[in-house]
Amino acid sequence: MITKLAWKNIWFKPLNTVLSVILLTASVAIISLLILLQEQFEKQFSSNIDGVDVVLGAQGSPLQLILSSVYQVDAPTGNISYDDAKIWMKHPFVKSAIPLAFGDNYRGFKIVGTTPEYLEKFGGKVISGKIFDKNLEVVVGSEIAKKLNIKVGDKFFGSHGDALEGEVHEEFEYVVSGIASQTGKVVDNLILSNIQSVWQMHDNHEHSEAEENPDHGEEGHMHFEGDEQEHHDHETHPENTASVSENGKEITAVLIKFRNKMGFVTWPRLVAQNTKMQAASPAVEINRLFSLFGIGLEALQYLAYGIMLISGISIFIALYNTLKERKYEFALLRVSGASRLQLLSLVLFESILLCFTGFILGTIVGRIALVLISSTTDEQYKMTFDPFAFVWEKEGILFIVTIFVGILAALIPAVKAYRLNISKTLANA
Amino acid sequence: MIKTKDLAFSYQGKVNFNFPDIQIENGETLLITGGSGKGKTTLLHLLGGLLRPKKGSILIDETSIATLSDKKLDQFRGKNIGLVLQQSHFVEAFSVLENISMASWLATGKKSEEKAKSLLKQLDLEDQMHKLTSQLSIGQQQRVSIARALINEPKLLLADEPTSSLDDENAFKVADLLSSLSKEYKASLIIVTHDQRLKDRFSNQISL
Repeated sequence: MITKLAWKNIWFKPLNTVLSVILLTASVAIISLLILLQEQFEKQFSSNIDGVDVVLGAQGSPLQLILSSVYQVDAPTGNISYDDAKIWMKHPFVKSAIPLAFGDNYRGFKIVGTTPEYLEKFGGKVISGKIFDKNLEVVVGSEIAKKLNIKVGDKFFGSHGDALEGEVHEEFEYVVSGIASQTGKVVDNLILSNIQSVWQMHDNHEHSEAEENPDHGEEGHMHFEGDEQEHHDHETHPENTASVSENGKEITAVLIKFRNKMGFVTWPRLVAQNTKMQAASPAVEINRLFSLFGIGLEALQYLAYGIMLISGISIFIALYNTLKERKYEFALLRVSGASRLQLLSLVLFESILLCFTGFILGTIVGRIALVLISSTTDEQYKMTFDPFAFVWEKEGILFIVTIFVGILAALIPAVKAYRLNISKTLANA
Repeated sequence: MIKTKDLAFSYQGKVNFNFPDIQIENGETLLITGGSGKGKTTLLHLLGGLLRPKKGSILIDETSIATLSDKKLDQFRGKNIGLVLQQSHFVEAFSVLENISMASWLATGKKSEEKAKSLLKQLDLEDQMHKLTSQLSIGQQQRVSIARALINEPKLLLADEPTSSLDDENAFKVADLLSSLSKEYKASLIIVTHDQRLKDRFSNQISL
């Protein structure tokens, strides 16, 4: 009954209530959005680093190298010679090395030339069909397969570069040999082939387009001397899988994992001293990125708590103002047998109900915002956020803070109601 | 049955009141009259347990309310004392019916909606029970507060100037209702007033 009375009282003066609830909703929405974004963002970023100690790539911004080769979000820093890279990939400190070559995309999804270890690194398996074996065979990430409804055996043409509108390579057709399992990592949004496919694609492309396309050699695209095509690779690949020579070819980056900590310390330095390549550590670069983000996120969080403070003050003013009109009502409740504590809890309850409503609405609005953000990031960066995930610990704290604001705002009005002198109130009526 | 003895009260030691002893039986009516400043309302608040006497005792049936703890007094007041004031106040957010159920719930923990409805019917307020109290006329409001005072079948019904803001027709109606219902529910009725219309109607009077 006290709850019912509190609820009815709240909506009896809807304007005051709506103002307080809107303010609360806004602050809770911002904070819960930030909590979810930060949590899922960091999780996505961290999970993709697993198994990569450093990235070997062309000189330039180390952050750009990491973003492009590990997260597939930025343009590559440039290409490195595969011959040079191989020396460092076979270095005794190195446990495993996964080469990456970027060149084309299919409907905006990057086609990455690599080795099957790349998929394994993310814990992915080929769930239908088989891994790419011959040139121009591709394994499609689970998200792409779902979105574009691709099945094993499908064929498609790639477009040049990483832009959707890139020129279509009509000479060669990719064949889907397998679909990868869902990993929740970047590989879900990639199309994987062997490196030779990328070379083959651009080898011929180079021949046909070289004259008409003088600015073709921009960074990040496969380009090499076409006349070395006849030199076949005899070392590692049987004839039927590698019809393109490795000599003089370029790749974009290599993901390196070391055998021990020694490698971590000395190997990047050796690379920097002896080559024109660089070795960048994803952990270091991502930490740097997060600390840059962190300032902005923190500022937003302070802003949100500021709004919450204002909404607390707004609840306080609303309760305090109506106290004067409501003192007869309170006196009357006391006459009808209500105790002082019941009045105290009535006022507290009204405020807490407001805050509870604000919290629920805020949590919902925050998640709606996340869905909107998620659809944008999905389009631009192939990165999605889950609106139904709960960060129990942080959101729990937010809930407690919200309720605490409610109690604090109602404290003075509640104590005033508690100490109301009924006789005096009624005698002056 | 109400019985007071040597009742006295003072406001911060400055204004002192000494009240005559009162004794009335269940179903009886007593009118307390007197000019303003004589302590009519103070006496009523003492009897209703809203104020505590400086000295003296108040017995309602066998309970001495002057010595009850705050919490017990709140409970006792809810169950055994009904109060009708000059101006009626209500829980504004509640309908007429909810206001009356609320009084029942606060005293007994039960909402007693059926009883509230029959009481409202008796007071000719059947059609108004789902309205907000602010939508009623003053005469109707006064009858709602009588219904609220009686819902818990109190032993003592106190009325503070219940008719002074009403026109003749409503004043007589309210007076009739108060006296007939208090007889029906076997409650002692004490009315504090300076309203001549009531003085003419009730014979058992004391003047302060």
